Parts: sequence; structure tokens; C-alpha cells
Amino acid sequence: MKQKEYTISILTEDKPGLLNKITIIFNRRKINIASLNVSTTEVAGVSRYTLVVSLTPEEVEKIIKQIRRVVEVLGSFYYEEDEIYYREIALYKFSIDTYKNNNELEQLIRNHGAKVMATEEDQVVIEKTGTKQETHELYNAFQPFDLMEFVRSGRIALSKSKRRTEAFIHELETSTSNTLSIKEF
Amino acid sequence: MNTSTLELEEKEVNETEMITGAEAVLKCLVEEGIDTIFGYPGGAIMPVYDSLYGYADKINHILSRHEQGAIHAAQGYARASGRVGVCFATSGPGATNLITGIADAMIDSTPLVCITGQVASHLLGSDAFQETDVIGISMPVTKWNFQVTSAEEIPKAIAQAFYIAKSGRPGPALIDITKNAQQEELDFSYTRCHRVRSYHPYPEIKEESLRAAAKLINKAKKPYILFGQGVTLSGAEEELKNLIEKTGIPAASTLLGLSAFSTKHPLYVGYTGMHGNYGPNVKTNECDVLIAIGMRFDDRVTGDVNTYAAQAKVIHIELDLAEINKNIKVDVAINGDAKQALQALTQLVNQNSHEGWVEEFHECDRIEMEKTIKKSIDPEGAQITMAEVVHKLSVFTKGKSLIVTDVGQHQMMASRYYKFDEPKSHITSGGLGTMGFCLPAAIGAKIGAPERQVIGIVGDGGFQMTLQELGLIMQYNVGVKILILNNEFLGMVRQWQQLFFDRRYSFTEMQNPDFIKLTESYNIPALQVSDRSKLEDAFKSWLGTEGPCLLEVIVEKEENVFPMVPSGSCVSKIRLE
Ligand SMILES: Cc1ncc(C[n+]2csc(CCOP(=O)(O)OP(=O)(O)O)c2C)c(N)n1
Repeated sequence: MKQKEYTISILTEDKPGLLNKITIIFNRRKINIASLNVSTTEVAGVSRYTLVVSLTPEEVEKIIKQIRRVVEVLGSFYYEEDEIYYREIALYKFSIDTYKNNNELEQLIRNHGAKVMATEEDQVVIEKTGTKQETHELYNAFQPFDLMEFVRSGRIALSKSKRRTEAFIHELETSTSNTLSIKEF
Repeated sequence: MNTSTLELEEKEVNETEMITGAEAVLKCLVEEGIDTIFGYPGGAIMPVYDSLYGYADKINHILSRHEQGAIHAAQGYARASGRVGVCFATSGPGATNLITGIADAMIDSTPLVCITGQVASHLLGSDAFQETDVIGISMPVTKWNFQVTSAEEIPKAIAQAFYIAKSGRPGPALIDITKNAQQEELDFSYTRCHRVRSYHPYPEIKEESLRAAAKLINKAKKPYILFGQGVTLSGAEEELKNLIEKTGIPAASTLLGLSAFSTKHPLYVGYTGMHGNYGPNVKTNECDVLIAIGMRFDDRVTGDVNTYAAQAKVIHIELDLAEINKNIKVDVAINGDAKQALQALTQLVNQNSHEGWVEEFHECDRIEMEKTIKKSIDPEGAQITMAEVVHKLSVFTKGKSLIVTDVGQHQMMASRYYKFDEPKSHITSGGLGTMGFCLPAAIGAKIGAPERQVIGIVGDGGFQMTLQELGLIMQYNVGVKILILNNEFLGMVRQWQQLFFDRRYSFTEMQNPDFIKLTESYNIPALQVSDRSKLEDAFKSWLGTEGPCLLEVIVEKEENVFPMVPSGSCVSKIRLE
């Protein structure tokens, strides 16, 4: 079956070692994690892991269920592209000389909706938020100009569902069984 | 009363509430109703062992001869008694020696709480003496693990470990406790854990899944039940029987399901899997509805998953959601506890019988008897065979003993030829296939079920992996009966070499010690038999001996276990000879 890109969102207790407990599940099946982000949520003590992986629909379901088996995992869900709002952020560094000597750079920054994040005596850092494709396009555009360094963050995503994390946690605290399907939320 | 004595009294009250972390560990265990521990001491867990010295009246600590022995004993104890097995080990090598047993308990769903000592918290991560990252190493093979670095965390961590280990699909939990946490004091109080908000071990069974299953069962012409250890773990033996009897559906067991349903029942049709019975394997690919209960479609059961029960509608009753649709796509999933599910399902199904269909299984039995079984249990050769020994033992003990096996040909022979007639009577290393499991697990089983006759059946290879635990039998006078089936080969591997590697017997022949002298050196009575005519008498004196006793039977060197579904092939392609 064909692979697709999935965004996996995992809510966990904020405890050390959990990153390991989660990545082990991917490692065992030799699944490459394309991107990973760990963040706090609006609920104290609850973390959100956001991962991007390419898998078949069957594989992603198995993985999600195995992640749910980790005791400290509150919930794990998977989404296709149209089910989430998502962004990545990228930083691009130039020497001040490159930046000053190439007027096209400013033009590119404007056209790509990026901005200058920091200007120092000897270097400039540009910031661009967007999809991976968008940040990559800008990277390609910058390539001819002696780009010093480039970095892109993992994806962060929120689902389009109207559910609140807090309500979900409350549900978990009051029910004896976690009835939410792996597609809900 | 003057003020100074008042002060003194107050202080005394406070002092009695303050205890060390080490003592807290023991108090927690007592609170959990634990009276038996298997373990082995060392530097990083010495404070706990020191406290244990004063708990001899409440806790029976059993000293193994190797940590692997301790944990397999805890596993045998847990599986025989239905309680949580508890195991102690020190840091570093002590903890790493537990890993095989932890992995075994994980894959066979055995509730364990392992407590390991760890270097003091200020030394963590510094490659200190006997420091090893036990949390990291055990992470993939524990249901839950946790490191305690201060004394006040101890009660909550242990309470959670017990709750998690035994609830839902059971498994091993490990608590790693730094030495300073054992030595520090805490204000002790204990509350048992009944809830962890991120953990929901008992899914609510969906009404519609039960109705859908009942509908399939009621319409089925050739329904077939396969049950696994989930039945034993949920204590659903009676409920399983009720469903089988009401619907008249023939039922077969997986390796770990054995003894959950009497082999003497007319609707019991045998056991399935690589070396299982003929009918249960081939009928999987002929039935129209397959009802799998508390089992996980292990590859040793399914063979080739693409052809496995491909014609059938599959109903899967399973507690662990991650097992559903993992190996075999199912049509109806009943996600929940087997006992509850079976009770509810039995209400919804029609009274029925499937005599013609059951007869088809019996027809297969006759073929298997003719082509395989007869030759095995009533061999023409002069040498005794393993199959024959187990068959005769089964008759001799009327199928009432608790059988613990190791891994290899003898294990398959035991599962094929012992006719179980009591629940909770079969303990083996199924998922991991750990050689060396039998001897310590049989010891643990006898300690966990002292009223039962416990018989450990082991090969000459596996026996030598943990034979040091004879010392445990000697020291604690554990009345377990051991049966070595000695073929002077790593038999199962030799069989594969014969069948699939052109008889190239690469490193499978063994020169063995004198097992009788060896056992006697531990002051354990031992006898040997190689002559068929003396086998029955040997059973009599072996099982008639008060306390522990070992019997070595010299068996045919190149016996094979049949039938056999070659690894990864279709279950219908089972070889009878
Ligand atoms: C720890 C471990 N190492 C290796 C194996 C592979 N293995 C499976 S069966 C077997 C042979 C067992 O020989 P023995 O204990 O003499 O029993 P037999 O098959 O002869 O009954 C081996 C080596 C294993 N299962 N476990």
C-alpha cells in the first residue's frame, strides 16, 4: 500500500524519559521520523509531541495504538494534511557583507513573506514561517548568495477539531476507559 | 509532667513515623500483600537488604543463584499463583541479568514488579562503579519503568508499579531506586493506586461489536474458536466453557492458552501452532467464522498471514487495542476483558450444535493419530521417545499436574501430549522462547502453588542454562519435580538442521555432565532411566518421593516433533511426518 505523510500528535504527561519511550516504538519498526517537536500545552503538566512520518494507512494505525500503550501517554492521534493547521519556522544566516552587497536579498525576503530577525555587526539572520515547501523555496532562492547557515524546526500543528485539550484530559480523569478513537480529536 | 518529657514524647512519635527509604520499600510490599520475594543482593541495594533482615517474619525472601533465576522464579510464581511476582537485584550486572526475564514477562504478559538498586543520584550518568542505565535498557521490555531518586517518591512509585503490572494486560514494571533514596528518611504513608489518568486498562466493550459478533456466530456453518492466555489472565475459564457449550463450537488452544479449557471436553479439538495438532491448523483455513479469544495471532500460530483464515470472517476478543488488526485483519473487534466479553456474548448467541463440523476435526485426529502420534508415543525403536515419556506421564498423573516447560522439542512434546485437565496448569516461555526458563520458573511455581504437584520438563541444553538454581531447591527444600529429557542434542535446532539445512549438525551435539551426580551434590534425590520397561516404576519413585526429586530419562537422540508447519508457510501445508 502507498505511503502518505502523516502528522502524529501525542499528548503526554510532562515526565522525563518519555521522548525515548515514544521514539523506541518508531525505531523498532525502522520508521524514519521526518520531524519532531516537543512543546508544552495550555494545560499544566501536559506535553504535546508532534511528529511527521511517511507511512501506509495501516502502519500509522498500528503505531498510534502502540504509542497509546505507553502508560504516560494521554492520547495519540494522526492527521492528513487537510485535517490540521500547521507551520514550520526556518532561519537563514548571511554575513553582513553578503547581505549588503546583494540588493536582491531584500527583494526575496519581501516576496517570500520572510523578515529580518536579527542584524549584528557582522551577520544577519532571516526568519521565515510557513510550510516546509515554502521555507524550502526560500532556501533555494538564497542558495546562490553564500548562505552561511540554515535551520528548520519540526512541524507544529493543531487539529481542526473543536475539542479542547482540557476537556479531553477531564474526560480521561473521570472515565475508566479511553473511548476516543485514534482519529478523533 | 514537665516540659522536657513532653518534648521527648513528641519527638518519639515523630521518630517512629520517619523511616528510611529502604524500609519504606518493604512496608509498601507488605501493604500490597506481598509475602514472597525472589532476589540477589549487591552494593547498590544493600540498604533494602539490611531492612529485609528485620522483616523475616513478614516477607519470605528467596535467594537465587543468578538474577535470571530470581526473575524466572518470580514469573513462575506469578503465573501459578495469579499474584504479582516481585524481584530484587542490585545495580549494573544485577539489573542487566534481569533483562531476559523482563523481556519474557513482557511478551507473555506476566505481572512482575522488579526493584533494582542504583548508584547514588549524584553519581548518575558518571559511569560510576556498577552504574548502568537500567531505565534506558529496560524501557522497550517493560510495561512501565521509573527511577526514584529521593525517598519520598518511593510509596507512590511502588503503588503505581503494582497497579500497572497487574491491571489490564499484565506485564513487568521496574522501579530503579538510587542508593541515597534508600538511605534517606521519609514520612511514610501508603495509599494503593487505583487510577492513573493516562492509563485506561479496561476499555468499555461496545454493545454493537457484541451484536455484530453474535450475528456472525449465529449464522455460521463452520465456526471455530481459538483461545489464548487472555482467558487464563482474566479468569474466564468458566465463561469460555459456557460459550463453547451453548454454541457447540469446536475450540482449540494456543500454546499459552493450554489448560484454560479441559483437553478432555468433547468440544476441545486440540492445539494450534507450528507443532500443534493437524485439525486445528488445517481447519483454520476452512472455517467460515474464526473467533479468537485473548490471543495475539503470533507468527508461530498464523504461519503465512496472507493465507491465514483468509476465507473466514474473524472475530477478535482482545483487551489490548494494539493487538487488534496488528497481524491479522479482523471483521469484528471486541476490545475488552475476555471474562466480560464472553459473558455478554454468550447471552446473545443461539443454542446450537455443529456435529458434522466437529466430526471433521475428529477425522483429522484419526489421520494425525495414524501418521504421527502412534509412531511417537508407541515407537518401534528401542530408545524411549520424548513423546512417549510425556504421554505416559500424562496418564500417570491423570492430567492434574502443573507442568512447567523450557524451550525446545521437549516443550512441544509436553504441549502436545500432556492432557491438561485443570486450569492454570501450563507455564512455559512462549513469546520469547527463553531456554533456561524451566528450572527457576518451576521452583517459583511450586512456591506460588504449594498444594499443586509441579513438574518441570526440560531439555539437557536448557537445564544447563540455569542449573545453578538447584541450590535454591536445596536451601529452601522446594518440593518440585524435575524431568530432564536428555537427547544429548540441542534437539529443536538439530531438527531444523535435519529438515532445512541438509543434516549439517553444526554445533548442536552436547557432551553433558553426569546429571544424577550433579543433582545429588545438591542433596537432591535423582534417578535415571533409559529402559522403557522401567519407566513406570521410575515415575512411581520419582513422584512418590517426598520433596524435590529429579528424573533423567535418556531419550532417542534424533526424534523429531511432528506435525510441523514450516516457519512462514501456510497452516494448511502442515507436515505430518
Ligand atoms: C537462550 C536461548 N538460546 C538459544 C535458543 C535457541 N534454541 C531453541 S530450542 C534450542 C535447543 C534446546 O535444546 P534442549 O534444551 O536440549 O531441548 P530439546 O530441544 O533437545 O528438547 C535452542 C538452542 C533459545 N531458544 N534460547
